[in-house]
Amino acid sequence: MNEPVPETGPRPAPVLALKDVSKSFGAVRALRDVSLQLFPGEAHALAGENGAGKSTLIKTLAGVHRPDSGEVLVDGEPVVFHGPADARDAGIAVIYQEPTLFPDLSIAENIFMGRQPRRSLGRIDRRAVRETTAALMKRLGVELDPDRSARGLSIADQQIVEIAKALSFEARVLIMDEPTAALTGSETARLFSVVRTLRAEGAAVLFISHRLEEIFELCRRVTILRDGRWISSRPLAGLTEDDLVRAMVGRDLGELYPKQGTDVGETALSVRRLTREGVFRDVCFDVRRGEIVALAGLVGAGRSEVAQAVFGVDRADAGEVLVNGRALPGGSPTAAMAAGLALVPEDRRQRGLVMDMSIERNIALTGLGRLGRCGLVRRALERGRAADWAVRLQLKYNRLADPVGVLSGGNQQKVVLAKWLATEPVVLIVDEPTRGIDVGTKAEVHRLLSSLAAEGLAVLMISSDLPEVLGMADRVLVMHEGRLTAEIPRSEATEESVMTAATGRDTKAAA
Amino acid sequence: MAMAPETPNARRPRDRAPAPRTAGAGDTVRDLALRWDTAVGALLVAVFVVGLGSTDGFASGENLAFAFNDIVEVALIALPMTLLVVAGQVDLSVASMLGLGSALTGALWNAGWAFELIVPVVLLTGVAGGLLNGWLVTRVGLPSLAVTIGTLALYRGLASVVLGSDAVTDFPRVYADWAVDTSTVPGTFLTYPVVLFLVLAAATAVLLHSTAFGRSLFAIGAQEEAAYFAGIRVKRFKLILFVVTGLLSAFAGIVFTLRYGSARADNGIGFEMLVIASVLLGGVDFDGGKGTLFGAVAGVLLIGVLKNLLTLNDVPNEVQVIVTGLLLVASVLTPRVVAAVVERRHRREAGALPTGLAGRTGSES
Ligand SMILES: Nc1ncnc2c1ncn2[C@@H]1O[C@H](COP(=O)(O)OP(=O)(O)OP(=O)(O)O)[C@@H](O)[C@H]1O
Ligand SMILES: [Mg+2]
Repeated sequence: MNEPVPETGPRPAPVLALKDVSKSFGAVRALRDVSLQLFPGEAHALAGENGAGKSTLIKTLAGVHRPDSGEVLVDGEPVVFHGPADARDAGIAVIYQEPTLFPDLSIAENIFMGRQPRRSLGRIDRRAVRETTAALMKRLGVELDPDRSARGLSIADQQIVEIAKALSFEARVLIMDEPTAALTGSETARLFSVVRTLRAEGAAVLFISHRLEEIFELCRRVTILRDGRWISSRPLAGLTEDDLVRAMVGRDLGELYPKQGTDVGETALSVRRLTREGVFRDVCFDVRRGEIVALAGLVGAGRSEVAQAVFGVDRADAGEVLVNGRALPGGSPTAAMAAGLALVPEDRRQRGLVMDMSIERNIALTGLGRLGRCGLVRRALERGRAADWAVRLQLKYNRLADPVGVLSGGNQQKVVLAKWLATEPVVLIVDEPTRGIDVGTKAEVHRLLSSLAAEGLAVLMISSDLPEVLGMADRVLVMHEGRLTAEIPRSEATEESVMTAATGRDTKAAA
Repeated sequence: MAMAPETPNARRPRDRAPAPRTAGAGDTVRDLALRWDTAVGALLVAVFVVGLGSTDGFASGENLAFAFNDIVEVALIALPMTLLVVAGQVDLSVASMLGLGSALTGALWNAGWAFELIVPVVLLTGVAGGLLNGWLVTRVGLPSLAVTIGTLALYRGLASVVLGSDAVTDFPRVYADWAVDTSTVPGTFLTYPVVLFLVLAAATAVLLHSTAFGRSLFAIGAQEEAAYFAGIRVKRFKLILFVVTGLLSAFAGIVFTLRYGSARADNGIGFEMLVIASVLLGGVDFDGGKGTLFGAVAGVLLIGVLKNLLTLNDVPNEVQVIVTGLLLVASVLTPRVVAAVVERRHRREAGALPTGLAGRTGSES
């Protein structure tokens, strides 16, 4: 399986390459004879469906996994990485798919973990740590206090800290596993401009995203994996998104945003002047049966926080939440679930899933009361429910009894969705429903949400993916700095009108 | 709402059917870790059989009645302790609560109370102690280790206040008979407290492994935030566990008092370590989220049988303590060693092992 010849002209030697690498986990063959070459100054995309082996490939390059066979080459020389530290010393910076910050350390400490600048006598130079962090944040155009602890950061902010961490040392190779999955357009644009600068300085970039437009925007070449196999490596010029999708899934794909027209019914969820001091204020909106309402805004606008207060995992300071006209007691997710609310949280690692628990038990977790009689859980019912949802969401797994943590990122997201859809909610709140989900399944999830809405479900969807918002929503609510600033009907929702309201340049105009 | 998943064939996904259930190395490692409790059970049987063959008097009905009755307090407390550890919590104050229960029994008996009245008062004290532990953990938000180190001292101190350094020994036979090893359920070598333990153990096993409550405890222990987001009443469940633990500890205090015919404030000192050691020996993960009740029970019985065998063979007490300690270290170590060995063999089988790697075990496990 040889690389195709480089497009034009002589090329420098690849800084980093994989040659015929295979890697299995038990019966799962995550990579089979995969080869890849990264040249200095190029941005290279890695594409494939959920579970195709992208993250495994990256972890092999990063020294997390050691290949069962095949080799990793740096500057053409075979190397063996004994751990991530070796890869880092070789100048390889990696942003993993799931942020892995130490919650009790500050942002600055997280960024310099394990390689703090020293003063005399081995003391850590705290000032340098803080100032460098502040400079990095400025470069990324975000306002994050370097001294703030990492606990409670949103996924997007955690991702930004991971990005800062990777940028903080002189990397010759920058590897990014879905860095943009939780970011909105403006943060992504910032990231891309930083990445372009690095690339111009001669660094090689390997980039994974399920948002194909980003791949075309940033990268020049793409390598496609399918079921752990290398399919092709080629220049992106001349390819269309459809070509890419076809290569990834091995067939044609249907319509992308399959929005069904629905009859909007009575109000299912009303939120009245909901306020949480310092986070959001006076938030009022309704969601009716059969309707998909999107909540858009920049990272940090308070969208997830509103969702959590509605569901009761956070307490609101004022205001009320009504489901089918009845007020919920604040601060009780159990009561919210009983009333028919469901929240698919954004952070699947901490909040969405119990990583060490099996797939079937995770799916059962929200419906324990209903999976048997007298508090006893019937295992057959539990497994049956999991198996049904696994088929419906096209879950890729080995055994339902496997811990959910061994699934690929997108497949974990499907388990979170299954877990909440299985509660048969009246109102479904989804926070980044397709974060990390591949194009094919994304369309599948959209079709699912759309058909559930058609059956009378009220859906509140938080999404940083603008095409998803515009494609799926009947109405778009926009938040800016903790306030609802606009309500835009489907007919008037455009990239421009939503972004204008989200950045607060023009409030109320579109309302 | 009609949202039940459609029948599987309605939307049979393209070639996405789950891979066949072949067991690879990853599975073996996991299964072995899961089967640690079975291994302890097997070890218990083995030790028992060796005892039968090697030690005179071990197999006699009187000795077995004595052997099991001798650890019944530890065994009783180990039941709720297993639930706590599975939920990622621990209670170090159990032995002090046992002492407080014992001291209170003696003091009230001295004050002329009827025994029938003493029992509910002592049990209520256990509930109150559990409530205090649970309240500090769930409402104030302190870690259970810190809270119960404090109440370990507090409850033992209260026991001394209640009874001083006295010993109350004049309990009438009719109560003592219920607990001592000379009276057994007719036709067996099981004493009444041991029978009670067996019944409670069966009930706890069902509770932990087959009910929604038990499932929730595993989720809480493994990932508390995810459990909370799934609508599980995390705080309430933890509170209940601490209360039940307090209740059973106080009850164990009554049993202990009757068994030795002696109420003292320092009864059962150090039992908390024995309880926790048994639970961990049985393979319950101290980090929470993993373990079986069967394993914990096997752990307690193993420690009990070993202790009895060593005593029968005139092994001094200090050596017994060392044996228990070694057993515990081995129990923590063995599963990891086994996992490492399996992993290494798997690598070798996968072949083409890059040189320089052979000695290392996986960082991804
Ligand atoms: N530690 C592990 N143990 C067992 N199986 C694993 C492990 N890591 C990955 N796998 C399996 O290997 C396959 C490839 O996973 P990988 O995470 O590389 O996919 P991916 O292409 O990154 O997918 P996604 O787009 O969903 O992130 C999947 O079937 C996954 O279940
Ligand atoms: Mg991945």
